[in-house]
Amino acid sequence: MVQLRIVAMVMAASLLLGARANADAIKANDWQSTLAAAKGKTVYFDAWGGSETINDYIDWVSSEVKKRFQITLKHVKLNDTADAVSTVVAEKAAGKNDHGSIDLIWINGENFAAMQKQGLLSKGFATTLPNWKYVDTANPTISVDFTLPTKGQESPWGAAKLVFFADTARTGPVADMPKSADALLAWTKQHPGQFSYPAPPDFIGSSFLKQVLLETVADPSVLQKPVDVANFETVTKPLWDWLDAVQPVLWRQGRDHPKSYPAMKQLLADGELGIIFAFNPAEASSAIEAGELPDTVRSFVFPNGTLGNTHFVAIPYNSSAKAAAKVVANFLISPEAQLRKEDPRYWGDPTILAMDKLPAKDREAFAKIDRGVATLPPSKLGPVLPEPHPSWMTRIETEWKHRYGS
Amino acid sequence: MPHSVSPKALKLFGVRSSTALREHQNKSAGFPGLPRHGAALVVYGIAALFAVPVGIGLIGVLLPAFGYMPALGGRALSLEPVRALLAEPGLVTSVLLSLASGLITTAVAVVGVALFLAAFYDTAGHRLAQRALAPLLAVPHAAAAFGLAFLIAPSGLIFRVLARIFGFDRPPDLLIIGDPWGLAMMAGLVAKEMPFLILVAFAALPQADPTRRMRLSASLGHGRILGFLLAVWPGVYRQIRLPVLAVAAYASGVVDVALILGPSTPAPLAVRLVTWMNDPDLSLHFMASAGAVLQLLVTGLVLVLWLCGERLAARLRHRIGIGGRRLAEDHWLRLLSAVPVALAGGAVAFGLVWLSLWSIAGFWSFPDIFPPSFNFSTWSRVITSLGGPMATSFIVAIASATAALGLVVVLLEARRRQFGAAAGQKLRLPPLVAALIYLPLIVPQIAFVSGLQVTILALRLEPSILMLSGVHLIFVAPYVALALADPWFALDPRYEQIAASLGHGPIRTLFRVRLPMLTRPVLTALAIGIATSVGQYLPTILIGAGRLPTITTEAVALASGGNRRVIGAYALLQMLLPFLAFSLSGSLPRLLLRRRGAMKPR
Repeated sequence: MVQLRIVAMVMAASLLLGARANADAIKANDWQSTLAAAKGKTVYFDAWGGSETINDYIDWVSSEVKKRFQITLKHVKLNDTADAVSTVVAEKAAGKNDHGSIDLIWINGENFAAMQKQGLLSKGFATTLPNWKYVDTANPTISVDFTLPTKGQESPWGAAKLVFFADTARTGPVADMPKSADALLAWTKQHPGQFSYPAPPDFIGSSFLKQVLLETVADPSVLQKPVDVANFETVTKPLWDWLDAVQPVLWRQGRDHPKSYPAMKQLLADGELGIIFAFNPAEASSAIEAGELPDTVRSFVFPNGTLGNTHFVAIPYNSSAKAAAKVVANFLISPEAQLRKEDPRYWGDPTILAMDKLPAKDREAFAKIDRGVATLPPSKLGPVLPEPHPSWMTRIETEWKHRYGS
Repeated sequence: MPHSVSPKALKLFGVRSSTALREHQNKSAGFPGLPRHGAALVVYGIAALFAVPVGIGLIGVLLPAFGYMPALGGRALSLEPVRALLAEPGLVTSVLLSLASGLITTAVAVVGVALFLAAFYDTAGHRLAQRALAPLLAVPHAAAAFGLAFLIAPSGLIFRVLARIFGFDRPPDLLIIGDPWGLAMMAGLVAKEMPFLILVAFAALPQADPTRRMRLSASLGHGRILGFLLAVWPGVYRQIRLPVLAVAAYASGVVDVALILGPSTPAPLAVRLVTWMNDPDLSLHFMASAGAVLQLLVTGLVLVLWLCGERLAARLRHRIGIGGRRLAEDHWLRLLSAVPVALAGGAVAFGLVWLSLWSIAGFWSFPDIFPPSFNFSTWSRVITSLGGPMATSFIVAIASATAALGLVVVLLEARRRQFGAAAGQKLRLPPLVAALIYLPLIVPQIAFVSGLQVTILALRLEPSILMLSGVHLIFVAPYVALALADPWFALDPRYEQIAASLGHGPIRTLFRVRLPMLTRPVLTALAIGIATSVGQYLPTILIGAGRLPTITTEAVALASGGNRRVIGAYALLQMLLPFLAFSLSGSLPRLLLRRRGAMKPR
């Protein structure tokens, strides 16, 4: 009996295994047909064009996908992702439901939420990409973008984390820099006029408000659910207390704000601001490289965690080159492309791949990257605080405008 | 007086009898091959051609302003977007900023130009300004704003010099750029608009008969400045009224300069409009559309208030004219009159030098007055990716400006021939036609471009160079018309009567007499058209669907990264074509007309 049971188990197992192998074969077949369909196609990739290093990286991707897959990748340089979103909206309004002009969009957060809600994106594809097996799926921000499930409608491209920068030549050693939002408030009171943040709804300015909110809120778990009008005031009161306290000692007494985060870089270089922040941990290193910041700038984070998220690429519902767009998305998450992206000589954007899923050779290559003096290694970046539900930010931005924006 | 013909000359050319002339005139009164009402048809047809796209775009913004846009789930008309707009905090301040910007900028620029002309008409200063004009006009608005920002900001040049003297190493925390009154923004706009007004004023000056009028006012004992302002300026102003109104409309709806120099808490209406349009929350699109309609009303109000101001100014002039003051001794005032124009020209020119310096600077921070190190990496990178966008900019600019010129010439000529042209008769475009043509100058671009985009998509038109040139034409044509209309109507028609009496047909007369005589205004109009086309960002990116990058779309995308080296390099590249155009429009007439000695411009 026992033997029989074992035989049955073995048979069942082999059946299961066979089925799985079969599924893999189907997948591989699917991918072969995707590759075939992608050949010779042109992919229009709408992506922010404000950084020469990123533009150069995308150029490199173009030449690689041309060589490997005979795909022509054209970077449509935007100054705001909203231009791409409004193009897809216009196409839908005009009933142009196929042969849309955009095949791939660099996107995340609120823009993704808006496009997903309005049905402007292709069906889920990310988890079917062959290179998905390397992706760090344990990182919650990869499958949940600003608390919204991505449903595979966007494929991860890179990681972002809020990091602060100071010019040690002007402000002293980085070890003495504030280690929490409250410490930052105290520092600003001691150094009036040397801290500020871009006015919301600027992306990076809003992100800073979220950081303060996450640190000061009594129970962060309420932020994962949609905003509750009834207790909005109670939940966000610590944030407004913090902002009220910092307002008189802000740069320009809070009567003006830096236009954007690149503007803050210039203000740091000129010594107007003492502490600035960005979403890319390698920002300072590449800015030093580009001659935008002095080489005495160093980065720091709050030990209890800073805001982190993932940025993605998505395919509009009416793209005319969906197969080719998938092939490009798959190439973007290949170990090779991710390695180059994390290297600050080319871009310095952290990878979304899981080191333990990579072949040993690639893992070593990632470990060997020279991140530059002003970049913290991944192990020192501290914990990631998850993004609140987007509805909180919408309310907070409105409230901010009432209090400080008019 | 280059544009008048004495009866003696007519006889010289063998004009036999007036009846023969009249007969010939009647035959050529209609547009070539068309009877008179045919000419009217041409006039209204071309005006409609320019206005229809704007109208379509406007419908595309009016509907969402009242809640209708099925693509975003708005299926019924409602007042909700208007309510949401009115509930926006700081809306009143934003509207007041836009109003003030439109009126004050224009007033300061017009007064500055009037004083400058009064003090320096027909002097070395006049000729200097004429030479400096081309580069100043070619500087893009945003670049001029960046330049001014660097001059007056707490980390800018003035404070760097002060830091050297007083030894501070951090810029002072002063709110100079982005002040709540919008003074820095208005200063930037004045600096950039003054050269434009000087350009059109120079073109208008000869028709205002300055030499004889100045003699007359001098004989009445007026000083130079007051004499010019009372006797000559009204004749100039009457001709440049449309460009002045265009400046007022532009200043009330400006986005790029306001973003760089303007206040942010709150910003002027047009800037907030763009923010709403670009908000990730697509439901804001409805409120943004309502905001666009409000912007249209604000611009309209600016124009109405300006026209009222004109009345007041005329009364004031009358008072002074009969008041008996002569201001015969005005040397001190003459020097003072140079200040606004000199400051404006100086600021824009400085911005230009500064941007060129940035494009080759290494790390350069406060309080260094000059960059301590140089490198050319930005340029070497820019040069490699330059070809395509530059070629697109050139082709589209030349195609749209030439097409605009052709259409405007046909329009103006048809209008002129609608009435058998007679000397001394005051001709203008009919108000309806003018309103149709100048519509794109008054309606905020962001308000109607997206509506136009939907229409083009619905017609299944694929983006092409031809289509992009066509869309640019909408924005280029009004400026070409603006620059050409008055000189066109001011040319003495008797020249053509002579040509007609010699047996030349209307087309031959147009090409052999009228156009050569108007070489300078025609080339100026063409140059303005080219500069306008090169500067277009929003229509290029939205209508071109990213398929047709130009030097400006590249520049705007890269400027969002805030790297001053790249901003500097691209600003210079953006200037290239307009600069060539303005320089040629200044020097070509000399060359082309070298064998027609009497027509040689001074």
